[in-house]
Amino acid sequence: MRYIISAFLFVVAISASAQNIVFVTKGVDNPTKIAVVPFAWTGGRLPEDIGKIVGNDLEFSGQFEATDPERMLAFPRTEAEVHYRDWKALGSEYLLIGSITQQAGRYYASYELFDVVQQKRVFAKLTVDGTEAQLRDMAHHISDKVYETITGIRGIFSTKLIYVEAFKKPQKYRLMLSDIDGFRPRMLLESRYPVLSPVWSPNGQRVAYVSFEVDNKPAIYVQDIATGRRQQMTNFRGLNGAPAWSPDGQKLAMALSKDGNPDIYVMNVLTRQLTRVTNHFAIDHEPSWAADGASLFFTSDRGGKPQIYQVHLASMQQERVTFDGDYNARARVSPDGKSLVMLNKRPGTTHHIAAQDIKSGNLRILSETNLDESPTIAPNGAMLMYATRSGGKGVLAAVSLDARVKILQPPKQGDVREPAWSPFFN
Amino acid sequence: MITKAIKQGLTLAVVMSFLVGCSSSDNKGTETATTGTAVTDTSSSEATLSNVVYFDFDQYALTAESRAVLLAHADKLKGASVAVRLEGHADERGSREYNMALGEKRANAVRDFLVTQGVNGSSLEVVSFGEEQPAATGSDEASWSQNRRVEVKY
Repeated sequence: MRYIISAFLFVVAISASAQNIVFVTKGVDNPTKIAVVPFAWTGGRLPEDIGKIVGNDLEFSGQFEATDPERMLAFPRTEAEVHYRDWKALGSEYLLIGSITQQAGRYYASYELFDVVQQKRVFAKLTVDGTEAQLRDMAHHISDKVYETITGIRGIFSTKLIYVEAFKKPQKYRLMLSDIDGFRPRMLLESRYPVLSPVWSPNGQRVAYVSFEVDNKPAIYVQDIATGRRQQMTNFRGLNGAPAWSPDGQKLAMALSKDGNPDIYVMNVLTRQLTRVTNHFAIDHEPSWAADGASLFFTSDRGGKPQIYQVHLASMQQERVTFDGDYNARARVSPDGKSLVMLNKRPGTTHHIAAQDIKSGNLRILSETNLDESPTIAPNGAMLMYATRSGGKGVLAAVSLDARVKILQPPKQGDVREPAWSPFFN
Repeated sequence: MITKAIKQGLTLAVVMSFLVGCSSSDNKGTETATTGTAVTDTSSSEATLSNVVYFDFDQYALTAESRAVLLAHADKLKGASVAVRLEGHADERGSREYNMALGEKRANAVRDFLVTQGVNGSSLEVVSFGEEQPAATGSDEASWSQNRRVEVKY
């Protein structure tokens, strides 16, 4: 079932709070209209508005439009109180109702989904529970359930984001972890020296990154996200860059120039044993694993300009993969293994994010902003996020893989860059 | 004005250190005006040797101007037991990690040139900062051309 047909041009603000504002700059022309009724709650003021978070989540996907609660004619709490005609009048195709109760310090959110067009309940009442600090997690859980039920695609609202935030005067770099909507930011690392290239381990428990904290020189680190415990993985002369976890989580591909020139290496995370993969006098950099772990894609300027190449690890055979454009770099493989998302520039244009079908070689430009870089793909393959600049600041933007949704997250304090989208956590 | 100064090999150390100092300024006019002041104010002969060499977009080959500047450094360094750090940089365009490699290739090109001129390679340390530490913060060619550089740090 396809909900996305073509782009429309309105600028729609979908969420606003003092702390985080998310704008959909382009949505789909036929988003599914869903009414999320404010969740019933009889106690005092709750720190989080679950219904509002669910509505924002669904709109963030670009595939939904949430009905404004101000326009609602009724706030039903049970199926008996649902009058389909009210919702049809508003154009809503789906209706989500819910209520929150509290028992022994825990919150219980129950919710039911109705199909307004077919006038029937989609799923029976479900309940999710948690502490007060987990109210947002509960909301994201409900969003995932609703999104998957309607689209058939697994929801990404409970996944996380790691990004780098850079400050000037004084220079300061922070590695940050947040919900995928930018809320609940938490600092994983702060340094006076550059921090870059964060990547999640496939099990979502660790992050690898490059930090210049020792002697203002690059080294690769692996940090446990829950405990903050970390290990320095490399300390080679020259470049130590672009770590990439193998799909089984046992190896890190990376770029090192210890032998005189940037080349691709693979390190066994446990034994630290290092295998050289490329040996070329040009720049070989930015490795990314194929979904089956049998080959690596990487950037090389061996042909004069940066392009993506592929090396098959069993044979060490190498071949060029990209031909469209005079600059293709920093590829990421989509979760289904079928597409490469990368930085692309065609002669006479600026850098954009592009997706290439690996089999056919067909390339599509996905972003329209300036100075785009660092694409990261959602684990459901339905969205990606990238870094760009807006108002002189680094910001994050998101786009669906079929190029039809674009969402910008305006900057927080510093320059926000290098988003890394987490895997699913279970 | 800045480009002219580079071509004449004048007082770039002073200019660059000023530009780094005001790197978060968005006012291009101020930077340019003050650059001129810095050039005329300098009288020391030591300061006439630029400590920065520049590169073309996406390139790490040395230009003729860069070679001329580096020849003077090589004369200074030959036989001396002074440690020098060669810091490579790139402009903000393109991939952040790829720019790290570009900065290193640029610094390596400077090191290799100095070594062929008789400088002891073991006294030269190469490090790249990619696009992390721009000398000028604008998003235009005037800034980018100043950021594609190697700084020779004594």
